[in-house]
Amino acid sequence: MSMSSLAMIYIFILAIFTGVEVISRVPTVLHTPLMSGANAIHGIVLIGGAIVLGRAGDNGVLFALGFIAVILGTLNVVGGFVVTDRMLEMFKAKPTAKKEDAK
Amino acid sequence: MTKDQFIAAIPEAAYLIASLLFIFGLKRLSSPRTARSGNLVAAVGMGLALGGTFLLPDMGNFGWIILAIVIGSIPGWLLAKRVKMTAMPQMVSLFNGMGGACALFISLDEWLKGSPHFTGLSDTRLAHTFPMLLGIVFGSISFTGSLVAFGKLQGLVSEKPLRWPGQKIINIVLAMGILAAAGGSGSAGPQVSPTTCIVVLAVLALLLGVLQVLPIGGADMPVVISVLNSCTGLAAAVTGFAMQNMSMIIAGTLVGAAGSLLTVLMCKAMNRSLAKVIFGSFGGGGQAQAATGSSDKTQREITAAEVAIMAGYARKVIIIPGYGLAVAQAQHLVHELEELLEKRGVEVKYAIHPVAGRMPGHMNVLLAEADVPYPKLLDMEEINPEFEQADVAIVIGANDVVNPAARTDPGSPIYGMPILNADKAKNIIVIKRGRGTGFAGIENGLFFGPKTRMLFGDAKKALQELNTEVKAL
Repeated sequence: MSMSSLAMIYIFILAIFTGVEVISRVPTVLHTPLMSGANAIHGIVLIGGAIVLGRAGDNGVLFALGFIAVILGTLNVVGGFVVTDRMLEMFKAKPTAKKEDAK
Repeated sequence: MTKDQFIAAIPEAAYLIASLLFIFGLKRLSSPRTARSGNLVAAVGMGLALGGTFLLPDMGNFGWIILAIVIGSIPGWLLAKRVKMTAMPQMVSLFNGMGGACALFISLDEWLKGSPHFTGLSDTRLAHTFPMLLGIVFGSISFTGSLVAFGKLQGLVSEKPLRWPGQKIINIVLAMGILAAAGGSGSAGPQVSPTTCIVVLAVLALLLGVLQVLPIGGADMPVVISVLNSCTGLAAAVTGFAMQNMSMIIAGTLVGAAGSLLTVLMCKAMNRSLAKVIFGSFGGGGQAQAATGSSDKTQREITAAEVAIMAGYARKVIIIPGYGLAVAQAQHLVHELEELLEKRGVEVKYAIHPVAGRMPGHMNVLLAEADVPYPKLLDMEEINPEFEQADVAIVIGANDVVNPAARTDPGSPIYGMPILNADKAKNIIVIKRGRGTGFAGIENGLFFGPKTRMLFGDAKKALQELNTEVKAL
């Protein structure tokens, strides 16, 4: 399926505004986890890697590049989401549980 | 709709839903209550997009794709699970670099695949080649830049801003070389093959990533990581353009835009202009400051027992944790101190500077790990008016964020940075490893003030002693 370049540019511009809009009211406390979560999301390059590898056929160079790309992209995705979850795990449960015995 | 048409529509549908999930995920990530689920929502989106990709037409090598995913997942999972919370910033940087490298490899791959078919200038060729070249440049810069940032935070590379003569000129020449190589790859003459141009392009961009980050001091690394994060986002987006993949364009652009905004917010919190961070000015300023430093004044020491008495009989104590606390892994001890004091009827609060630790919000994560109740962590704006009523302010391993020079000395490199008004408290205790200057290498007048007493020592040891003394009161 192919898209016109113009349509892609429209999407690009709209996504810029969306990206700015959705996080515009983030409190400082969440800067680090948010950066980490965003970091995981750009792991979407993994998809590109998978497509490249999947369509490499028997071309050795394309195959090798794609294979490495998928490994790197997976590192980004898995590491990114897991580390973000660990950060946020500490944030959540505690305040509600702790508030009662502190009072 | 035939079965084939149905299957062909699945990937596009998956991408559409995934893109929506990314937007929802980011939205939820920006509010404390929903943040964790936001991360999960985004992860589900990623899974969907990946699953949909398997159903794209002309795909093969499925076994290999799965193998590569398994190979990448294991170290990714282990690293993320095992990393100490203090080492998180560099871990984010490392994963970011992997994403950048991935975009680089994809772009190279796309270029190899595409180059034979495209001859002469045409719309399709431009639409394919231009984003691909950008993908190589952005991917390379994020890759090596993130690795250098990782090295600096991990202590593998000097945290000091490294400088050498002609730094800016070299970078400009590199940038021009990148432009030339990019142009060359499009309009190859008989002398230089396009492949040579692409290789030169990638090498120059990789080099630029290294040279651009090396001169930046460790204190500015959070901003750098954030910049590189949006850079990888852009790399993902342009790669998406080259591959005409909707989910990559949307997710990459979202991160690029959100990352840029986050960078601006961080710079605001530190009162540093982004241009200054990237093009540097801290090193020079720091040296000028050292000359005017107050080396003739003395710092007054105090023992843990005295601090215990002071804090144990105070009405209100404000604790200011800094990176020194994080390095010493003393967040649990500080929580213990807080509980001991509260038992004695002392009101204890934490003053969290927006950039305490090494990234905005880093200190909150560390203290949350130690079970410190969330409502006790107060932002700078909330806590600053309270210092005047505080009997004791205990500064643990923080330095620049309590340096009054930021308010009073226009010559100081941190002048104008919002700080915690620890100097307004009735007594100030500073727990510090030694007499040296902080991260930014700036002398701190607070340490020489008449109300200030220094408790020298590693944060962990000092707090252990202090806790023992408070128990003995």
